[in-house]
Amino acid sequence: MRIISFGRRAARLAAVSLAVALATTACASDESTSKGSAGADTSGDTVKVGVLHSLSGTMSISEVTVKNSVLMAIDEINAKGGVMGKKVQPVVEDGASDWPTFAEKAQKLISGDKVAVTFGGWTSASRKAMLPVFEKNKQLLFYPVQYEGLETSPYIFYTGATTNQQIVPGLDYLKAQGKKKIFLVGSDYVFPRTANKIIKKYAAANGMEVVGEEYTPLGHTEYSTLINKVTQAKPDAVFNTLNGDSNVAFFKQLRSTGISAADMPVLSVSVAEEEVRGIGPDYLAGQPVAWNYYQTTEGARNTEFVAAYKAKYGADKVTSDPMEAGYNSVYLWKAAVEKAQSFDPEAVKKACDGVSIDAPEGKVTIDGATQHVYKTARIGVVQPDGLIKEVWNSGAPIKPDPYLKDYPWAKDL
Amino acid sequence: MKTPGLLAQRTKGGKWRGVVAFAAVALLVLAVAPVTLSPFRLELLAKYLCFAIAALGIGLAWGKGGMLTLGQGVFFGLGGYAMAMHLKLAEAGPGELPDFMVWSGVEELPLLWEPFRQPWFALLMVVLLPGTIAALLGLLVFGRRVRGAYFAILTQALAAAFVIWLVGQQGLTGGTNGLTNFSSFFGLDLASAQDQRILYFIVAIVLGLLYLGFRQLVASRYGRLLIAVRDGEDRVRFLGYDPAVVKTVAFTMSAVSAGLAGALFVPVVGIISPALLGVVPSLELVFAVAVGGRYALAGAVLGAVLLNYAKTTFSENYADGWLYLQGALFIGVMAYAPKGVIGLAGQIRDFVALRTRGPARRIPAQQPPPVPPGPSADAPAEPVEPVGPVEKEAVA
Repeated sequence: MRIISFGRRAARLAAVSLAVALATTACASDESTSKGSAGADTSGDTVKVGVLHSLSGTMSISEVTVKNSVLMAIDEINAKGGVMGKKVQPVVEDGASDWPTFAEKAQKLISGDKVAVTFGGWTSASRKAMLPVFEKNKQLLFYPVQYEGLETSPYIFYTGATTNQQIVPGLDYLKAQGKKKIFLVGSDYVFPRTANKIIKKYAAANGMEVVGEEYTPLGHTEYSTLINKVTQAKPDAVFNTLNGDSNVAFFKQLRSTGISAADMPVLSVSVAEEEVRGIGPDYLAGQPVAWNYYQTTEGARNTEFVAAYKAKYGADKVTSDPMEAGYNSVYLWKAAVEKAQSFDPEAVKKACDGVSIDAPEGKVTIDGATQHVYKTARIGVVQPDGLIKEVWNSGAPIKPDPYLKDYPWAKDL
Repeated sequence: MKTPGLLAQRTKGGKWRGVVAFAAVALLVLAVAPVTLSPFRLELLAKYLCFAIAALGIGLAWGKGGMLTLGQGVFFGLGGYAMAMHLKLAEAGPGELPDFMVWSGVEELPLLWEPFRQPWFALLMVVLLPGTIAALLGLLVFGRRVRGAYFAILTQALAAAFVIWLVGQQGLTGGTNGLTNFSSFFGLDLASAQDQRILYFIVAIVLGLLYLGFRQLVASRYGRLLIAVRDGEDRVRFLGYDPAVVKTVAFTMSAVSAGLAGALFVPVVGIISPALLGVVPSLELVFAVAVGGRYALAGAVLGAVLLNYAKTTFSENYADGWLYLQGALFIGVMAYAPKGVIGLAGQIRDFVALRTRGPARRIPAQQPPPVPPGPSADAPAEPVEPVGPVEKEAVA
């Protein structure tokens, strides 16, 4: 009896050693030769690029579509001979809607796979988690989603809208419509809170009044209390920064109060074609949204993009702004690499200013100083068929201004 | 099952074997791994070891003390934020605000942050904050004889509430983003592979010391009392001990280890955010302990390393469906090795013994165990409640 138990204890510890040993050798085998940290491997006739989005967890519904469009762009580029004669080989990783995982996988792509560039991220939190990794390794990240601004990392390219290309035009639109009293509704995280801070500054300087500001946790689905507050405050319009499935509950419950989009429009900045399908066009028809691209945006390049996407992923699929920005990212990187005649991040950064592509949304140009892109702002209205029809645009691409330096009202932001 | 192990450890032969095994693991972790692993893999191993530190605490509270704590994320977070606040302030420099406060519209450093400028204060808080909160909570809850599923639900609710509070206080805590972007840790440059290696050694040594400490604790008179409380709280009370105090001590120790884990996690991984301390990560820690084997402290450590290693490997190789593999691993271990991976060796030996020697010889010795603790697949739902004295009598 006793002898058996001695053996057991030893066996337990032996099992631990064994497991650690296995882990050690398993890890060592794949990378024992790659001791150094950064430095993309572009010696062969292929060049690896990282694709890092959430393929599981809450964000996967949105992020998988961006992953798809990034992969499509890579396929197209490969079919036409690749980048500087090298085939582009995507390495797909799952960020799992978990911010530290994004940081871990980013590091894995850089030091394990030696990718030349990474396309990825959606939430601000995931970008903030990846930022130190890319800065530390001096490697490039292309981030494809509209965000709250107030950031310029030397190793990140922002291909989605910053605030002056989406939120400010949205507010200009509401102002032009004669809306004076605004109610702010948002999910409780960084983008809505920062966006609302900007909105309040704008309102104060433009004779508008913010009559309420409410936040609900991500994934929240009970909106009757909040909608009561909205109806009591009697705003002219609601500025909606809710994210994900909360929008479904919010718009359904709003509909049951009988308030129409004509009486009190709800301007959304996180509801695109994909989300409209999820919420149901019936609940959203007539509501305004602010983006830089819609599936219906006119132009031959977009017709081609939409047709290619449907051919690849299914005729029932829609295209949306973040997908298009992800798709553009790959082409912008290709153009910058070809201009620099090098895959080296520093060379690409140096060459990036003024690099321009003909994108589905129109002409898109990199602003070298901020590493953001010039984008045309577009206000659209949701149609009963679930697509979005443009009702206003800024005419020309707007210069990115992440810190809103050119806006006097945003001075002490 | 437990008690014979304890007795065994006191005899010379058992102790010697234990020492050899411990030394072998220490050699692997401190000598082999740093040489063979790439800097990135070593950083990952350091992260696994951080989780192992937290798991060790659960091993003590749950495995030895029967307290199923589903809210260790709270203590992990308290330790992590205490450390992160100091690092952020040290980086911002005197009189300056941490970066996230600038974009959250905070103009003056909140009072709560001020003392964290001092490194000694931050280090003290890493231990004191989780420890004090756990001690107070423990006395309150265990004194009122809240246990079993009720205790588990309470701790889980605590984790959920903590996350909501953290997210809501963006100016104070960084909101959902949490605190990120640290460049140095008490003079160590976090971007340098060499300094990351030193950090790895610090984590490994903390884990080793904590393991030895907890083992000593379990082997002591207090440890036996703790196990007695787990197996028959009322009996212990009738003997004149106060189970609430016994449990509170173990719960506090587990909270302190989670706090230490969080504090080390911050420089190793470079982020602390509410996503790391909510209900799901807290559950993951408990899963890790269950997978490794909750009745042995080494099981908790093994489980945390194994589960997190599996997570990395699965997700790197099967980016699309790795969660299913992770789930299958957990179900598989629970179904076929209810005592966890570490109990497998014993299970196999029993199986072999049964086959080779036939049932006759093992019945007298092995009869009692199948009846008592029986950590079956449903065990996580309910901590081991009084199972009767069968096992202990058999040993005595």
